[in-house]
Amino acid sequence: MRIKVDIELCTGCETCIDSCPYDAIEMKDDKAFINEYCQLCRNCLNACPEGAIKEVEGEEPVVAEDLSIYKGVWVFAEQREGRVSDVALELLGVGKQLSEQRGTELSAVLFGADSSEAERLIHWGADRVYHCEDRIFDRFNDDPYVDLLTVLIKRYKPEIVLAGATPIGRSFIPRVAARLKTGLTADCTSLKIDPETGNLLQIRPAFGGNIMATILCPNTRPQMATVRPRVMKKGVFDESRTGEIIKIDAENLRCRTTVIDTVKEESETTCNLQEADIIVSGGRGIGGPDGFKMLEELAKLLDGAVGASRAAVDEGWISYAHQVGQTGKTVCPKIYIACGISGAVQHLVGMQSSDVIIAINKNEDAPIFSVANYAVVGDVKEIVPMLIKKLKEVKGL
Amino acid sequence: MDYFFTEEQKMIQELARQIAEEKVVPVRAELDEKEEFPHEIMKVLAQSDMFGIFIPEEYGGLGMGALELCIAVEELSRACLGVSTSYAANALGTYPILLFGTEEQKKKYLPDIASGKRLVAFALTEANAGSDAAGIQTTAKKDGDYYILNGTKQWITNGGEAEIYTVIAMTDPSRGARGASAFIVEKGTPGFSFGKKEKKMGIRASVTRELIFDNCKVPKENILGREGMGFIVAMKTLDQSRVGVGAQGVGVAQGALDEAIRFARQRVQFGKPVISFQAVQHMLADMATLTEAARSLVYSVARYVDSGAKDISKPSAMAKVFATDVAMKVTTDAVQVMGGSGYMREYPVEKMMRDAKILQIYEGTNQIQRNVIGQELIKEAARKG
Amino acid sequence: MKIVVCIKQVPDTAEVRINPETNTLVRDGVPSIINPYDLHALEAGLQIKELTGGTVTALTMGPPQAEDALREAIAMGVDDAVLLTDRAFAGSDTWATAYTLSRAVKKIGFDIILCGKQAIDGDTAQVGPEMAEFLDIPHIAYVKAIDEISTERIRVKRMMEEGYDIVESPIPVLLTVVKEINEPRLPSLKGKMRAKKAEIKKLGFDALETDEHLVGLKGSPTQVKDIFAPEMKKDRKVLKGSPEEIVEQLIGVLKEMKCL
Repeated sequence: MRIKVDIELCTGCETCIDSCPYDAIEMKDDKAFINEYCQLCRNCLNACPEGAIKEVEGEEPVVAEDLSIYKGVWVFAEQREGRVSDVALELLGVGKQLSEQRGTELSAVLFGADSSEAERLIHWGADRVYHCEDRIFDRFNDDPYVDLLTVLIKRYKPEIVLAGATPIGRSFIPRVAARLKTGLTADCTSLKIDPETGNLLQIRPAFGGNIMATILCPNTRPQMATVRPRVMKKGVFDESRTGEIIKIDAENLRCRTTVIDTVKEESETTCNLQEADIIVSGGRGIGGPDGFKMLEELAKLLDGAVGASRAAVDEGWISYAHQVGQTGKTVCPKIYIACGISGAVQHLVGMQSSDVIIAINKNEDAPIFSVANYAVVGDVKEIVPMLIKKLKEVKGL
Repeated sequence: MDYFFTEEQKMIQELARQIAEEKVVPVRAELDEKEEFPHEIMKVLAQSDMFGIFIPEEYGGLGMGALELCIAVEELSRACLGVSTSYAANALGTYPILLFGTEEQKKKYLPDIASGKRLVAFALTEANAGSDAAGIQTTAKKDGDYYILNGTKQWITNGGEAEIYTVIAMTDPSRGARGASAFIVEKGTPGFSFGKKEKKMGIRASVTRELIFDNCKVPKENILGREGMGFIVAMKTLDQSRVGVGAQGVGVAQGALDEAIRFARQRVQFGKPVISFQAVQHMLADMATLTEAARSLVYSVARYVDSGAKDISKPSAMAKVFATDVAMKVTTDAVQVMGGSGYMREYPVEKMMRDAKILQIYEGTNQIQRNVIGQELIKEAARKG
Repeated sequence: MKIVVCIKQVPDTAEVRINPETNTLVRDGVPSIINPYDLHALEAGLQIKELTGGTVTALTMGPPQAEDALREAIAMGVDDAVLLTDRAFAGSDTWATAYTLSRAVKKIGFDIILCGKQAIDGDTAQVGPEMAEFLDIPHIAYVKAIDEISTERIRVKRMMEEGYDIVESPIPVLLTVVKEINEPRLPSLKGKMRAKKAEIKKLGFDALETDEHLVGLKGSPTQVKDIFAPEMKKDRKVLKGSPEEIVEQLIGVLKEMKCL
């Protein structure tokens, strides 16, 4: 496929030039011309008032193999210190929906941990678990993970492979995709099946969350995607569920890197943002580090954690560990209280799946209000102290 | 406005602005509050070659002149005058070596200065010798291969932080101003120590200290020029550097104007942003006009200095007096435009106002500058007959 | 030590928006910058060179304008710069990009390859590890400190979710770095002047000696189907009244949510 300008229809109005995010449209002899930097994003198709920009078929990559032999949805179930991570359970949730729509089975792949964890994956929705208990997986090195997952995919040919967009998943999954010569879409926020083609529609934010894009992997299998923790909801836990556990032997696994030590760090890198039921979050509107002291007091009263917008972190008012948004953490607490946060889209993508969002902002046009369940147009510095006082009264402090 | 800078000049402006915005603005309030010398920023300036701008290429510099230095000083001053003072005082201390140093002296000192490895300070002022430079009481007595320095210098910018000091001392007190000589004194020379650090109203990120010479033995090859040339060394140095003080004025005025405009746009009173009131607009208009006029004068004079002209005393004095008076007025008005907020330390303009005051005082008070201009006017008129 | 740093020129995403009516990107006046994470990779490369000696080469793939990013890298102090540009590379996804870069890196030669952990326009974090796969060398992602380095081995701190791992790898190796690793230096004036005049080496498809089915659109397993503006919530309630009344209502909401 290619994008072409119909010279007959082009009036030379230059409207299309600004529509191209890649500077791929230029003017030649008063007509638009699409140069080699075209990324086929199709942005310009709608932009042309004359309909002069068109998709031209042809040059489709040759499909080398029969894609229909690939069946089933796989979830790579990451474990840390022998315990399956929550993101795996979340992936089983969305994986279940996908496998039902495709009329196939849902499998989990577990490297390391013991069989009770494999059982747990079944209780959370897996029909089958491919489990390799080898000790080589105790600590994370890319090589054995890549080798074994690639071998299993080649052997069992799943149609879809999902993994958590964690430091581990984001490190080794790309190598698997590279080796299999198949597509991988990072940080998907939504996964659906296209009812017509049966392809996986992988929706993800791009340009710092300012736009969303639907990505397809039409000609190769498996279709691979990663999903950030806390983006999907966990499936249903059912202790009575049964399934099949297939033991896998670890053979011929390379391991070029060595983990010398694993160090846990408190606070700075691990504030409990993603576990908190309530998050009180501050932006530029809270005015400075003192504003965060106020939010900390409020968060403490509510048994919650303190979050922040990128603007506040960039100002140095609070550490990066508290940052919520595209370049920070994705959170979905029961209540998210946004104080003096204007709501850049980058921030919104990190918190908009919260159950209830309360936004306090002076500016009634602030974009944060577009995702808020409860909108308070007012001064944070006035409302929050009053709220703190009232909460203390209610709690009898 | 476009001042038709060359590619290189634009590079300096761009890089100095980047340093100011990324490295200075985030810490300026803290540096001011804690009265801390900006060590980290000096490192960044060194690594970006900013100390080499006005030093010839053969000594590791970039071989540029007063205008390029002014461009850098202006951008830094826009963010923090304390930082720009520490930076500009280095140039002030270096000029005596650049203008009067021997080839050996230049080879020995200029490369380290250009790379920012060693910071320089200029030491003229004493308790009884400020505007009246002839009142210097520090003495330098020749003793074999050495000069023995005795006395105390006061209010020396970069004192204690600098590695190299250019010091004016009396080799022949009986001859008054004609008995002064200039010396290069390195930190660590026996008999050379530092007194108290001054607590200042503004430019608190810069350090101001006493230098104490107690039988300090300086090798005789460290004299700049000949005995008796000290006063000329000092005056020529100040003529050269004065336009840089003007550039500081332009920078801080622009910084304050920017803050005032930003504030006036978002501050709402009587239901609309205060910038929509003519009273505020007129103040901002005057501030902007004065700042641009000062900038034009400073650049013109810097270009004149770079032309190699000899008669730079008057234009340098004019640039200094005008731009620094503008700085005082514009920073004061910026506080006024911002009202109560402007007076609070939460916003940077009160600091800018405190900082700006020194510009009317140091490197020759604005009254002395007017004397210089007046004297030159008399001389010019006399020449014309 | 031959150090290659892969960088990407990206739009400053903080300023990219989508027009919800036309579903097109609004990028008027959006400046192009070096991907911020790549600045940390450049700094890491320069620091390694200061320790071990050798050369630092900056490599980017993109349109001719991407040369600006390479010149910025030279201003920071890299020794030379290579621009991968060709019509044949158009439409590359991460797979094809990583493959193309890996071919170029092979041509350039390397001991250590450094990348930023991800680019802020795509945020995929895939190109680095994929490149390592194509080169058949180990990689360590999310490196936040380099503890030791010799000509044969490197020891680093790798960020994990709850702390960090200390990981060792033989060289050659590819590292992707996070912001915590260092504070990128600013350019120097001399560097800027050198950058203005420096020759940027250009590599096209022919120079890579590879198959056209492995690069550009043909080499890309994934396709962008469409783009659209993020969805927003509709059912919102505006809390009105005096501050006291608003606070009362907020307490009500918290009670309703059983948070009190």
